[in-house]
Amino acid sequence: MSHNLAAIYTIWKREMLRWWRDKPRIIGSMTFPVIFLFVFGSGLSGSMGNLAGGASIQPPPGVEVDFKQFIFPGIVGMNLFFAAIFSGISVVFDREFGILKEVLVAPINRSAIAFGKTLGGATVATLQGTLVFIFAPVAGIEISLPLFLALWPMMFLTAFALTAMGVTIASRMRSTEGFQVINQFITFPMIFLSGAFFPLTNLPAWMEFIVKINPASYAVDLLRRVVLSFQNLPDFIMDNLSRFGLGMEVFGKPLTVWGDVLIVLTFGLIMVGIGMYLFNLRD
Amino acid sequence: MSNAATQQSQTQNHREASPIVEVDSLVKRYGDFAAVKGISFNVKQGEIFGFLGPNGAGKTTTISMLATLLAPTAGKATIAGYDIESQRAEVRRSIGIVFQEPSLDDSLTAYENMDFHAVLYQIPRAERRKRIMRMLEMVQLDDRANEIVERFSGGMKRRLEIARGLLHTPRLLFLDEPTTGLDPQTRRYTWDYILRLREEENITIFLTTHYMEEAEFADRIVIMDHGEIVALNTPEGLKSQVGGDIITIATETPNADAQRIQEQFNIETVADAAKGEVRFEVKDAASFIPQFVREYDGNIQRLNMHRPTLDDVFLKLTGRSIRDSELDSKDVNRARLRQMRRIRRR
Ligand SMILES: Nc1ncnc2c1ncn2[C@@H]1O[C@H](COP(=O)(O)OP(=O)(O)OP(=O)(O)O)[C@@H](O)[C@H]1O
Ligand SMILES: [Mg+2]
Repeated sequence: MSHNLAAIYTIWKREMLRWWRDKPRIIGSMTFPVIFLFVFGSGLSGSMGNLAGGASIQPPPGVEVDFKQFIFPGIVGMNLFFAAIFSGISVVFDREFGILKEVLVAPINRSAIAFGKTLGGATVATLQGTLVFIFAPVAGIEISLPLFLALWPMMFLTAFALTAMGVTIASRMRSTEGFQVINQFITFPMIFLSGAFFPLTNLPAWMEFIVKINPASYAVDLLRRVVLSFQNLPDFIMDNLSRFGLGMEVFGKPLTVWGDVLIVLTFGLIMVGIGMYLFNLRD
Repeated sequence: MSNAATQQSQTQNHREASPIVEVDSLVKRYGDFAAVKGISFNVKQGEIFGFLGPNGAGKTTTISMLATLLAPTAGKATIAGYDIESQRAEVRRSIGIVFQEPSLDDSLTAYENMDFHAVLYQIPRAERRKRIMRMLEMVQLDDRANEIVERFSGGMKRRLEIARGLLHTPRLLFLDEPTTGLDPQTRRYTWDYILRLREEENITIFLTTHYMEEAEFADRIVIMDHGEIVALNTPEGLKSQVGGDIITIATETPNADAQRIQEQFNIETVADAAKGEVRFEVKDAASFIPQFVREYDGNIQRLNMHRPTLDDVFLKLTGRSIRDSELDSKDVNRARLRQMRRIRRR
């Protein structure tokens, strides 16, 4: 058992080293947040500045939510998603470049390999998500140590679930050609139909349905609830997030942080389960 | 879990007599296509055992099954006494492998690649550094230990892979085409290492190649074609299956000349119309050639004589030359495509 732990650690370490040495990837991953903050922040915030205005209930006079504050956790989530799914799918690159064979022929458990890979990817994704907070001041988000202490476990949980999904997808992929297809048909739709970038009020029924069944929605909701809870927003807003379209509801009842955690955790465990099962199949 | 003591005694038992690899009717099928068609052979302790065959013969497939990476469709095999299906972990601990395709992490340093391997193979932390440096020294990469592998040449990468394959002191080392794609000088160096290894490390080496010259280094060779073993012998033994020396004649009318030579000298000839050649074997070329030149009045442009090579053995056994079977193989294209993809990605 202990040698499997050592193997998990060294596989995790490899992911970290690769990430740290790939500076273009780190810098490149910051372009989306910058563009989004610019578009949503300056382009749209004028028209949607007071989000609460379009919702089903009226806030007391003078109470507002800035759209930028709403969108910021979504952008963090987006970066986290990209990094996590990419890390998971990078199993295909390991296969293409032969490193996977070197690992698979070693006297260690295949589940340990998948687990180490997932842990590494999740750590990388958490770091990538955290980097977005460089732009927090632009979005009017206050950062503090307590915020991060509360947020990191949630980011890691989300990242772990999504990396596991990536590993699951990659475990049966034989070439890197399918990689773009996965991005276009899974990663992007998951992010853009998660409520990361729009309030959930007045959605068409089909879209609301997709948002509801999309696990990513709950992950975004989780990050958003945690981030917003550290922003000194009026109680009235925090208590009625979902009624302003700023938070998810399940069967008409607003979710809590722990409800989100439960959903994301369940999704993550299912993905880890399937991923390890597929990873354990031999050719 | 096996403990060190029983492993030790097992190691000693096996070193005495029993073969380190025993393969019995091993089969690998992909759908309808049989890549390996029920092969059987043994590899002795401490020998260099070669698999020679053209592209697509099934060499890599065989190694992958023996290394537990691929599940056999049928048949049995043991390595160091361990079953490749039911005792995979023990098999894996007993072997080292250098894959046909590169398998280093280019973004790590040479040392980091070795260290990664050392942890996966449970080399105790206290020994790791010393062992890694010793192996790097053996392949003369110790002074570049902390360089990123991406900057290494093909030959350096190959040497690093060999060093890595030996890091956990396996009893059996698989080398799948260890020198393909290397320049002749590097190829010779690599072979120096391999031969030295056998002397110093008392290790059994199982290698595949499609270079005839390389197969000559092996103590025994399997000649493989279309998933089947067509011969197993020492290089000398194989070559003695070919009658004597080989004579090749270049002519404009190969078919006619083949016929005439056969009748006139009472020897079997093979005409290769495409190349404009006639080939035949004679016992002693040195005395035959003067007689031939004196007596034969056909229109001969060139005459060439050589000692039999393994290619001649292959030709005799399969009716094709290894070099020729390379050319019409779809696997060549496959390999080339792979290469191109790799390059584009850089
Ligand atoms: N996954 C697979 N699916 C279907 N066919 C396969 C697969 N892998 C290998 N083959 C086929 O099995 C045959 C044997 O392949 P193998 O790689 O063992 O040949 P080889 O002797 O190592 O050749 P080379 O000298 O090119 O390395 C080939 O015809 C190949 O196309
Ligand atoms: Mg091969």
